[in-house]
Amino acid sequence: MKQNALIKKHRYTRRDWSGLLYLLPWLLGLLIFQLYPFVYSFVLSFTDKSMGDSFQILGLGNYVRLMTEDADFWKNVEVTLKYGLVAVPGRVLFALLVAVLLSADMKGINLFRTVYYLPSIFGSSVAISIIWKFVFQKQGVINAVLEGIGLTGPNWLGDPGIALLTISIIPIWQFGSSMVLFLAAIKNVPKELYESAQIDGASRIRRFFRITLPMISPIMLFNLIMQLISCFQEFSTAYVLTNGGPNKSTFLYGIKIYREAFTNFKMGYASALSWLLFAGIMCLSGLIFISSRKWVYHDEA
Amino acid sequence: MKHKKGLRAAGLIFKYLLLAFLGLILIFPLIYMFFGSFKSNQEIFGTLKLLPESFHPEGYIEGWKGSGQITFGAYIWNSFLLVVPTVALTVVSSILTAYGFNRFRVPGRKVLFAVMMALMMLPASVLLIPRYLLYVSFGWIDTYLVFWVPAACATSSFFVYMFVQFFEGVPRELDEAARIDGCSSFQTLVRILVPLSKPAVISAVIFQFIWTWNDFFQQYVYISSVGKYTVSLGLRMALDATSAIQWKNILAMSVIAMVPCTLIYFVLQRYFVEGIATSGLKG
Repeated sequence: MKQNALIKKHRYTRRDWSGLLYLLPWLLGLLIFQLYPFVYSFVLSFTDKSMGDSFQILGLGNYVRLMTEDADFWKNVEVTLKYGLVAVPGRVLFALLVAVLLSADMKGINLFRTVYYLPSIFGSSVAISIIWKFVFQKQGVINAVLEGIGLTGPNWLGDPGIALLTISIIPIWQFGSSMVLFLAAIKNVPKELYESAQIDGASRIRRFFRITLPMISPIMLFNLIMQLISCFQEFSTAYVLTNGGPNKSTFLYGIKIYREAFTNFKMGYASALSWLLFAGIMCLSGLIFISSRKWVYHDEA
Repeated sequence: MKHKKGLRAAGLIFKYLLLAFLGLILIFPLIYMFFGSFKSNQEIFGTLKLLPESFHPEGYIEGWKGSGQITFGAYIWNSFLLVVPTVALTVVSSILTAYGFNRFRVPGRKVLFAVMMALMMLPASVLLIPRYLLYVSFGWIDTYLVFWVPAACATSSFFVYMFVQFFEGVPRELDEAARIDGCSSFQTLVRILVPLSKPAVISAVIFQFIWTWNDFFQQYVYISSVGKYTVSLGLRMALDATSAIQWKNILAMSVIAMVPCTLIYFVLQRYFVEGIATSGLKG
């Protein structure tokens, strides 16, 4: 304690300053590739900047046009919300389910962990999109299975009523990183808690809801937020699989930003789009944080 | 007593069966693609059969020819040319940054560290457009500099954080001892901390390799000439170019595209899961 008081007064030594040398590349990167773009994209969102040098300041023009005149904007928002509503909870809950299964002390459990994580290493690579396009084709294997049990499968990626659902369940398959975090958290729950609950005669399901779930709730919060951020920006899989179609049914927000910026080269307009997305993600994260006061357990010992 | 034992054994068998069944469903698309790449054109559709009737390597031979202008081998070479320096620069710059944060009481350290952590939560799409315009003005569009230079500046907070966490576990007494022996701070880093951080280095290499290799969006935005196309871009072009998709070729090339990551995963698996669990981050 005493030492802390001394440190407060202390003057930085040469050694302290020399640490800046190690931070130099990062500091440069911070200024050039992070802070400057962050500020500049906000500025751009109030302009009609295209690829040329000159641009005019529109004030709130881009934002107003997006919300009142743009034929697609609200469609993008709707599609993205629906997508996120399936993909985010779907992935997190499935990751939790698998983590519970894989947390058992069984012989050979590591083999299962290896296999379950495998799909996740490919991220949103094009090869993965190709697999799904192949599997979900009209004459693909999924419909062949359905036919085998006497059902007629839909046109998974070609039917405007179904395509969005197809696109939304695909990310659930790659639950790996959330699962690993859940797994580590489950393993960290003190064994004594379970033992005393067992003595009290609590059933396995009760033990899960009363002990495991509260103990891992901080990780649940973390996973929800991280998946929210990544799913609401989704671009690659939907772009390669359906390119927003059919009939704009999978026209995700990420695709809209891409088209405005790199097909139409409306950089100002696209910046406004990206700031609205940022604001949306912040609001949803905020809501999750506020609600987490009710469901995240904090050790008050 | 015996009855209870039998019940437990039955429960265990049920659990194994459940795990095996779910596991098979999960990797079925991967297996199906692998075998599909050896099927004949007629066999590829409308059949439930997993294994090909007879072994057809044509997809690999045809697919390898690429777009006509450039072979699939060139895409792979380009991918390595993009990915390997990106990985190396990321690891080096992240180690330097983490060392600065963890071992020096740099003025403003707390604020800077908070900024770095906050950046992890910042959606990349907010930075996309100004970065693109910046790269245009630097003349970097359609070059791999777009990937290499930010990597050299430790722009991925994830890796910096990972190394900070790791260095935290290395006792500072070791640095002290090295200093007394006359090591400069840089020598201490290279001779003491880095050798001890081998697991973290390997995790970082794996993750950055896999993420950059699989990335499509950035490469799609920044690389435009076919001669510089990577595996991701080549695959996507093959999928797009023909109205009637040559499934055999595309499946074969997808298999090849997935080989490097799969190899890395199985060989260095131990570091993989540890990497996520210790740093506790990234979706």
